[in-house]
Amino acid sequence: MKCRKCSRQAVFNMRRHKLALCEEHYTEWFVAQTQRAIEKYHMFAPDDRVLVAVSGGKDSLALWDVLLKLGYQADGLTIDLGIEDYSTPSREKVEQFAAQRPGAEFVVVDLKAEYGETLPEVAKRVRRGRGKPCSVCGLIKRHAMNRMARDGGYSVLTTGHNLDDEAAVLFGNVLHWQTGYITRQAPVLPADREGFVRKVKPFCRLYERETAAYALITGIDYIYDECPYAVGATSIRHKEVLNRMEEESPGTKAQFYLGFLRARKAGFFCEQAEEVELHPCTNCGQPTSAPGLCAFCRLWKTTD
Amino acid sequence: MKIIYRDREWELEGRRRVNDAIKGVGLMPQTVLAVREGKLLTGDLMLKEDDEVKLVAVISGG
Repeated sequence: MKCRKCSRQAVFNMRRHKLALCEEHYTEWFVAQTQRAIEKYHMFAPDDRVLVAVSGGKDSLALWDVLLKLGYQADGLTIDLGIEDYSTPSREKVEQFAAQRPGAEFVVVDLKAEYGETLPEVAKRVRRGRGKPCSVCGLIKRHAMNRMARDGGYSVLTTGHNLDDEAAVLFGNVLHWQTGYITRQAPVLPADREGFVRKVKPFCRLYERETAAYALITGIDYIYDECPYAVGATSIRHKEVLNRMEEESPGTKAQFYLGFLRARKAGFFCEQAEEVELHPCTNCGQPTSAPGLCAFCRLWKTTD
Repeated sequence: MKIIYRDREWELEGRRRVNDAIKGVGLMPQTVLAVREGKLLTGDLMLKEDDEVKLVAVISGG
Protein backbone atom coordinates (compact mmCIF):
# COMPACT_ATOMS: atom_id res chain seq x y z
CA MET A 1 0.00 0.00 0.00
CA LYS A 2 1.45 3.35 -1.08
CA CYS A 3 1.13 6.74 0.56
CA ARG A 4 -1.66 8.79 -1.02
CA LYS A 5 0.55 11.88 -1.11
CA CYS A 6 3.83 10.39 -2.35
CA SER A 7 4.91 7.05 -3.75
CA ARG A 8 6.58 5.80 -0.57
CA GLN A 9 5.42 2.78 1.40
CA ALA A 10 2.44 3.70 3.61
CA VAL A 11 2.75 2.88 7.32
CA PHE A 12 -0.80 3.63 8.38
CA ASN A 13 -4.16 3.13 6.73
CA MET A 14 -7.37 4.84 7.91
CA ARG A 15 -10.26 2.88 6.48
CA ARG A 16 -12.81 5.49 7.57
CA HIS A 17 -11.06 8.10 5.40
CA LYS A 18 -9.87 5.63 2.73
CA LEU A 19 -6.47 7.22 3.34
CA ALA A 20 -3.08 5.54 3.66
CA LEU A 21 -0.01 7.67 4.48
CA CYS A 22 3.73 7.37 4.99
CA GLU A 23 5.38 8.43 8.26
CA GLU A 24 6.05 11.99 7.15
CA HIS A 25 2.63 12.64 5.67
CA TYR A 26 0.79 10.95 8.51
CA THR A 27 2.53 13.15 11.07
CA GLU A 28 1.67 16.21 8.99
CA TRP A 29 -1.98 15.10 8.63
CA PHE A 30 -2.35 14.39 12.36
CA VAL A 31 -0.98 17.79 13.44
CA ALA A 32 -3.21 19.56 10.88
CA GLN A 33 -6.29 17.66 12.08
CA THR A 34 -5.63 18.75 15.65
CA GLN A 35 -5.30 22.38 14.62
CA ARG A 36 -8.52 22.05 12.61
CA ALA A 37 -10.43 20.84 15.68
CA ILE A 38 -8.98 23.66 17.82
CA GLU A 39 -10.28 26.18 15.27
CA LYS A 40 -13.58 24.43 14.50
CA TYR A 41 -14.69 24.40 18.11
CA HIS A 42 -12.99 27.73 19.00
CA MET A 43 -11.00 25.99 21.71
CA PHE A 44 -8.19 28.51 22.21
CA ALA A 45 -6.03 31.05 20.40
CA PRO A 46 -2.22 31.36 20.00
CA ASP A 47 -2.00 33.92 22.83
CA ASP A 48 -3.79 31.68 25.35
CA ARG A 49 -1.77 29.92 28.04
CA VAL A 50 -2.70 26.25 27.85
CA LEU A 51 -2.35 23.64 30.59
CA VAL A 52 -2.15 20.06 29.29
CA ALA A 53 -3.14 17.28 31.67
CA VAL A 54 -0.54 14.55 31.06
CA SER A 55 -0.74 11.03 32.43
CA GLY A 56 2.27 9.50 30.66
CA GLY A 57 -0.06 7.66 28.26
CA LYS A 58 -0.11 7.97 24.47
CA ASP A 59 -2.99 10.44 24.13
CA SER A 60 -1.88 13.11 26.57
CA LEU A 61 1.79 13.01 25.54
CA ALA A 62 0.82 13.10 21.85
CA LEU A 63 -1.40 16.10 22.59
CA TRP A 64 1.36 17.96 24.41
CA ASP A 65 3.76 17.14 21.55
CA VAL A 66 1.36 18.44 18.90
CA LEU A 67 0.54 21.64 20.81
CA LEU A 68 4.26 22.38 21.21
CA LYS A 69 4.83 21.70 17.50
CA LEU A 70 1.99 24.10 16.66
CA GLY A 71 3.70 26.77 18.76
CA TYR A 72 1.15 27.04 21.57
CA GLN A 73 2.23 28.07 25.07
CA ALA A 74 1.49 24.62 26.47
CA ASP A 75 2.68 23.51 29.91
CA GLY A 76 2.11 20.07 31.41
CA LEU A 77 0.37 19.01 34.59
CA THR A 78 0.80 15.52 35.96
CA ILE A 79 -0.83 14.03 39.04
CA ASP A 80 1.09 11.39 40.98
CA LEU A 81 -1.66 9.29 42.56
CA GLY A 82 0.72 6.88 44.28
CA ILE A 83 -0.67 3.74 42.57
CA GLU A 84 1.89 1.00 43.06
CA ASP A 85 3.91 -0.02 39.95
CA TYR A 86 1.95 2.47 37.83
CA SER A 87 2.22 6.07 39.05
CA THR A 88 6.02 6.22 39.26
CA PRO A 89 6.69 4.85 35.73
CA SER A 90 3.92 7.14 34.40
CA ARG A 91 5.53 10.16 36.01
CA GLU A 92 8.93 9.13 34.64
CA LYS A 93 7.52 9.08 31.10
CA VAL A 94 6.33 12.67 31.54
CA GLU A 95 9.72 13.72 32.94
CA GLN A 96 11.57 12.04 30.04
CA PHE A 97 9.24 13.62 27.49
CA ALA A 98 9.81 17.11 28.92
CA ALA A 99 13.58 16.60 29.22
CA GLN A 100 13.78 15.86 25.48
CA ARG A 101 11.93 19.05 24.52
CA PRO A 102 13.54 22.36 25.44
CA GLY A 103 10.96 24.74 26.88
CA ALA A 104 8.49 22.01 27.88
CA GLU A 105 7.62 22.95 31.45
CA PHE A 106 5.43 20.92 33.76
CA VAL A 107 4.17 20.79 37.32
CA VAL A 108 3.49 17.74 39.46
CA VAL A 109 0.73 17.31 42.03
CA ASP A 110 2.01 14.58 44.34
CA LEU A 111 -0.97 13.34 46.32
CA LYS A 112 1.01 11.64 49.10
CA ALA A 113 3.36 14.62 49.56
CA GLU A 114 0.57 17.22 49.52
CA TYR A 115 -2.24 15.41 51.33
CA GLY A 116 -0.47 12.62 53.19
CA GLU A 117 -2.21 9.71 51.46
CA THR A 118 -2.05 7.95 48.10
CA LEU A 119 -5.19 7.29 46.03
CA PRO A 120 -5.44 3.61 47.14
CA GLU A 121 -5.09 4.70 50.78
CA VAL A 122 -7.74 7.41 50.69
CA ALA A 123 -10.07 5.23 48.59
CA LYS A 124 -9.86 2.45 51.17
CA ARG A 125 -10.77 4.88 53.96
CA VAL A 126 -13.81 6.64 52.45
CA ARG A 127 -17.19 5.22 51.45
CA ARG A 128 -16.99 6.67 47.92
CA GLY A 129 -13.94 4.50 47.15
CA ARG A 130 -15.17 1.15 48.45
CA GLY A 131 -14.77 -1.56 45.86
CA LYS A 132 -12.93 0.51 43.27
CA PRO A 133 -11.06 3.80 43.65
CA CYS A 134 -12.04 5.15 40.19
CA SER A 135 -14.72 7.50 41.49
CA VAL A 136 -12.32 9.00 44.05
CA CYS A 137 -9.63 9.19 41.36
CA GLY A 138 -11.95 11.17 39.06
CA LEU A 139 -12.82 13.57 41.85
CA ILE A 140 -9.15 14.12 42.76
CA LYS A 141 -8.09 14.67 39.15
CA ARG A 142 -10.92 17.11 38.38
CA HIS A 143 -10.13 19.09 41.52
CA ALA A 144 -6.36 19.16 40.95
CA MET A 145 -6.67 20.09 37.28
CA ASN A 146 -9.07 22.95 37.98
CA ARG A 147 -7.01 24.24 40.91
CA MET A 148 -3.68 24.15 39.07
CA ALA A 149 -5.15 25.79 35.96
CA ARG A 150 -6.77 28.54 38.04
CA ASP A 151 -3.79 29.14 40.32
CA GLY A 152 -1.35 29.10 37.41
CA GLY A 153 -3.37 31.69 35.47
CA TYR A 154 -4.05 29.39 32.50
CA SER A 155 -6.96 30.30 30.26
CA VAL A 156 -7.70 26.74 29.25
CA LEU A 157 -7.16 23.14 30.37
CA THR A 158 -6.73 20.50 27.66
CA THR A 159 -7.06 16.74 28.00
CA GLY A 160 -6.11 13.99 25.54
CA HIS A 161 -9.62 12.51 25.23
CA ASN A 162 -9.99 11.02 21.75
CA LEU A 163 -13.06 10.11 19.69
CA ASP A 164 -13.12 6.56 21.09
CA ASP A 165 -13.19 7.91 24.66
CA GLU A 166 -16.02 10.28 23.79
CA ALA A 167 -17.97 7.68 21.80
CA ALA A 168 -17.66 5.17 24.68
CA VAL A 169 -18.96 7.74 27.19
CA LEU A 170 -21.83 8.66 24.86
CA PHE A 171 -22.64 4.98 24.28
CA GLY A 172 -22.74 4.32 28.03
CA ASN A 173 -24.90 7.36 28.67
CA VAL A 174 -27.33 6.40 25.90
CA LEU A 175 -27.58 2.82 27.19
CA HIS A 176 -28.67 4.16 30.55
CA TRP A 177 -30.42 7.29 29.24
CA GLN A 178 -28.36 9.58 31.40
CA THR A 179 -29.95 12.61 29.79
CA GLY A 180 -28.19 15.15 32.01
CA TYR A 181 -24.76 13.79 31.07
CA ILE A 182 -25.70 13.49 27.38
CA THR A 183 -26.67 17.16 27.09
CA ARG A 184 -23.45 18.29 28.78
CA GLN A 185 -21.02 16.17 26.71
CA ALA A 186 -19.05 18.45 24.37
CA PRO A 187 -15.52 19.13 23.01
CA VAL A 188 -15.53 22.41 24.95
CA LEU A 189 -16.80 22.91 28.48
CA PRO A 190 -16.87 26.68 28.86
CA ALA A 191 -15.81 28.47 32.02
CA ASP A 192 -19.35 29.70 32.34
CA ARG A 193 -19.54 29.40 36.08
CA GLU A 194 -17.43 31.20 38.61
CA GLY A 195 -14.33 29.23 39.55
CA PHE A 196 -14.42 26.64 36.76
CA VAL A 197 -11.69 26.77 34.16
CA ARG A 198 -12.46 26.22 30.46
CA LYS A 199 -11.84 22.55 29.45
CA VAL A 200 -11.24 21.39 25.87
CA LYS A 201 -10.49 18.14 24.01
CA PRO A 202 -8.48 18.82 20.83
CA PHE A 203 -8.30 15.09 19.89
CA CYS A 204 -12.08 14.57 20.01
CA ARG A 205 -12.26 13.94 16.23
CA LEU A 206 -9.32 11.52 16.15
CA TYR A 207 -9.55 7.77 16.71
CA GLU A 208 -7.58 6.20 19.54
CA ARG A 209 -5.83 4.10 16.91
CA GLU A 210 -4.71 7.33 15.22
CA THR A 211 -3.24 8.85 18.40
CA ALA A 212 -1.41 5.57 19.11
CA ALA A 213 -0.01 5.56 15.55
CA TYR A 214 1.15 9.17 15.96
CA ALA A 215 2.91 8.34 19.25
CA LEU A 216 4.64 5.29 17.71
CA ILE A 217 5.69 7.06 14.51
CA THR A 218 7.08 10.11 16.29
CA GLY A 219 8.89 7.98 18.88
CA ILE A 220 7.00 9.19 21.93
CA ASP A 221 7.88 6.85 24.78
CA TYR A 222 4.62 6.35 26.64
CA ILE A 223 3.36 3.96 29.29
CA TYR A 224 1.80 0.92 27.58
CA ASP A 225 0.42 -0.58 30.75
CA GLU A 226 -3.12 0.12 31.76
CA CYS A 227 -3.95 1.54 35.17
CA PRO A 228 -4.45 -1.63 37.28
CA TYR A 229 -7.86 -0.35 38.39
CA ALA A 230 -9.05 0.16 34.78
CA VAL A 231 -8.93 -3.58 34.03
CA GLY A 232 -12.48 -4.68 33.23
CA ALA A 233 -13.81 -1.09 33.28
CA THR A 234 -17.19 -0.58 31.62
CA SER A 235 -15.81 2.10 29.31
CA ILE A 236 -13.26 -0.39 27.92
CA ARG A 237 -16.05 -2.91 27.27
CA HIS A 238 -18.00 -0.21 25.43
CA LYS A 239 -14.92 0.60 23.34
CA GLU A 240 -14.63 -3.07 22.38
CA VAL A 241 -18.27 -3.19 21.28
CA LEU A 242 -17.83 -0.04 19.19
CA ASN A 243 -14.63 -1.43 17.66
CA ARG A 244 -16.42 -4.62 16.61
CA MET A 245 -18.92 -2.47 14.71
CA GLU A 246 -16.09 -0.34 13.28
CA GLU A 247 -14.37 -3.50 12.04
CA GLU A 248 -17.48 -4.44 10.04
CA SER A 249 -18.33 -0.92 8.95
CA PRO A 250 -15.49 1.64 8.94
CA GLY A 251 -16.55 5.07 10.15
CA THR A 252 -19.23 3.84 12.58
CA LYS A 253 -17.62 5.43 15.66
CA ALA A 254 -17.16 8.76 13.89
CA GLN A 255 -20.76 8.74 12.63
CA PHE A 256 -22.04 7.99 16.11
CA TYR A 257 -20.08 10.70 17.93
CA LEU A 258 -19.80 13.42 15.29
CA GLY A 259 -23.47 12.92 14.38
CA PHE A 260 -24.30 13.52 18.03
CA LEU A 261 -22.27 16.74 18.02
CA ARG A 262 -24.12 17.93 14.91
CA ALA A 263 -27.49 17.11 16.47
CA ARG A 264 -26.44 18.87 19.65
CA LYS A 265 -25.45 21.97 17.71
CA ALA A 266 -28.79 21.88 15.89
CA GLY A 267 -30.54 22.05 19.26
CA PHE A 268 -31.84 18.48 19.60
CA PHE A 269 -30.39 18.19 23.09
CA CYS A 270 -31.32 21.15 25.28
CA GLU A 271 -29.81 21.54 28.68
CA GLN A 272 -32.43 21.54 31.39
CA ALA A 273 -32.62 24.84 33.23
CA GLU A 274 -31.04 23.74 36.44
CA GLU A 275 -30.20 26.39 38.95
CA VAL A 276 -27.47 24.93 41.11
CA GLU A 277 -26.14 27.52 43.47
CA LEU A 278 -22.38 27.39 43.86
CA HIS A 279 -20.35 28.57 46.83
CA PRO A 280 -16.63 28.72 47.37
CA CYS A 281 -15.41 25.77 49.47
CA THR A 282 -14.58 27.02 52.97
CA ASN A 283 -11.21 25.25 52.82
CA CYS A 284 -9.84 25.50 49.25
CA GLY A 285 -12.06 28.18 47.72
CA GLN A 286 -13.02 26.08 44.68
CA PRO A 287 -16.71 26.11 43.66
CA THR A 288 -19.03 23.54 45.24
CA SER A 289 -22.78 23.02 45.31
CA ALA A 290 -22.76 21.87 48.93
CA PRO A 291 -22.43 24.44 51.70
CA GLY A 292 -19.12 24.22 53.57
CA LEU A 293 -16.45 21.88 52.24
CA CYS A 294 -16.30 20.64 48.63
CA ALA A 295 -16.32 16.88 47.91
CA PHE A 296 -12.53 16.89 47.48
CA CYS A 297 -11.81 18.54 50.84
CA ARG A 298 -14.33 16.24 52.55
CA LEU A 299 -12.19 13.28 51.39
CA TRP A 300 -9.41 14.36 53.74
CA LYS A 301 -11.64 15.26 56.69
CA THR A 302 -13.76 12.16 56.84
CA THR A 303 -13.25 8.75 58.35
CA ASP A 304 -16.54 7.09 57.30
CA MET B 1 6.57 -15.90 12.03
CA LYS B 2 6.56 -14.80 15.60
CA ILE B 3 3.72 -12.60 16.89
CA ILE B 4 4.16 -10.87 20.26
CA TYR B 5 1.34 -9.22 22.17
CA ARG B 6 1.82 -8.06 25.77
CA ASP B 7 3.36 -11.07 27.56
CA ARG B 8 2.15 -13.62 24.99
CA GLU B 9 3.87 -15.08 21.94
CA TRP B 10 2.64 -17.16 18.99
CA GLU B 11 4.42 -18.94 16.13
CA LEU B 12 2.40 -18.91 12.90
CA GLU B 13 3.20 -21.11 9.89
CA GLY B 14 3.60 -19.81 6.33
CA ARG B 15 3.31 -16.37 4.82
CA ARG B 16 0.40 -14.18 5.84
CA ARG B 17 -0.78 -10.64 5.57
CA VAL B 18 -0.57 -8.50 8.73
CA ASN B 19 -4.36 -8.42 9.31
CA ASP B 20 -4.61 -12.20 8.78
CA ALA B 21 -1.84 -12.75 11.34
CA ILE B 22 -3.67 -10.49 13.82
CA LYS B 23 -6.92 -12.40 13.30
CA GLY B 24 -4.95 -15.65 13.44
CA VAL B 25 -4.02 -15.00 17.06
CA GLY B 26 -7.62 -14.08 17.93
CA LEU B 27 -7.34 -10.28 17.97
CA MET B 28 -9.20 -7.56 16.07
CA PRO B 29 -7.10 -5.50 13.62
CA GLN B 30 -8.94 -2.35 14.85
CA THR B 31 -7.61 -2.77 18.37
CA VAL B 32 -3.87 -3.25 17.75
CA LEU B 33 -1.05 -1.72 15.72
CA ALA B 34 1.55 -4.02 14.14
CA VAL B 35 5.21 -3.05 14.46
CA ARG B 36 8.22 -4.74 12.81
CA GLU B 37 11.74 -3.51 13.59
CA GLY B 38 10.28 -0.35 15.10
CA LYS B 39 8.18 0.51 12.03
CA LEU B 40 4.40 0.49 11.72
CA LEU B 41 2.87 -1.90 9.19
CA THR B 42 -0.34 -1.57 7.19
CA GLY B 43 -2.78 -4.49 7.34
CA ASP B 44 -2.28 -5.59 3.73
CA LEU B 45 1.49 -6.07 4.04
CA MET B 46 2.69 -9.63 3.40
CA LEU B 47 4.83 -10.99 6.22
CA LYS B 48 7.70 -13.40 5.76
CA GLU B 49 8.15 -16.69 7.59
CA ASP B 50 11.02 -15.34 9.73
CA ASP B 51 9.40 -11.99 10.64
CA GLU B 52 8.89 -10.96 14.23
CA VAL B 53 5.91 -8.66 14.72
CA LYS B 54 4.96 -6.87 17.90
CA LEU B 55 1.31 -5.95 18.39
CA VAL B 56 0.63 -2.80 20.41
CA ALA B 57 -2.74 -2.45 22.10
CA VAL B 58 -4.64 0.67 21.12
CA ILE B 59 -7.37 0.75 23.77
CA SER B 60 -6.70 2.51 27.04
CA GLY B 61 -8.61 4.32 29.74
CA GLY B 62 -11.03 3.41 32.44
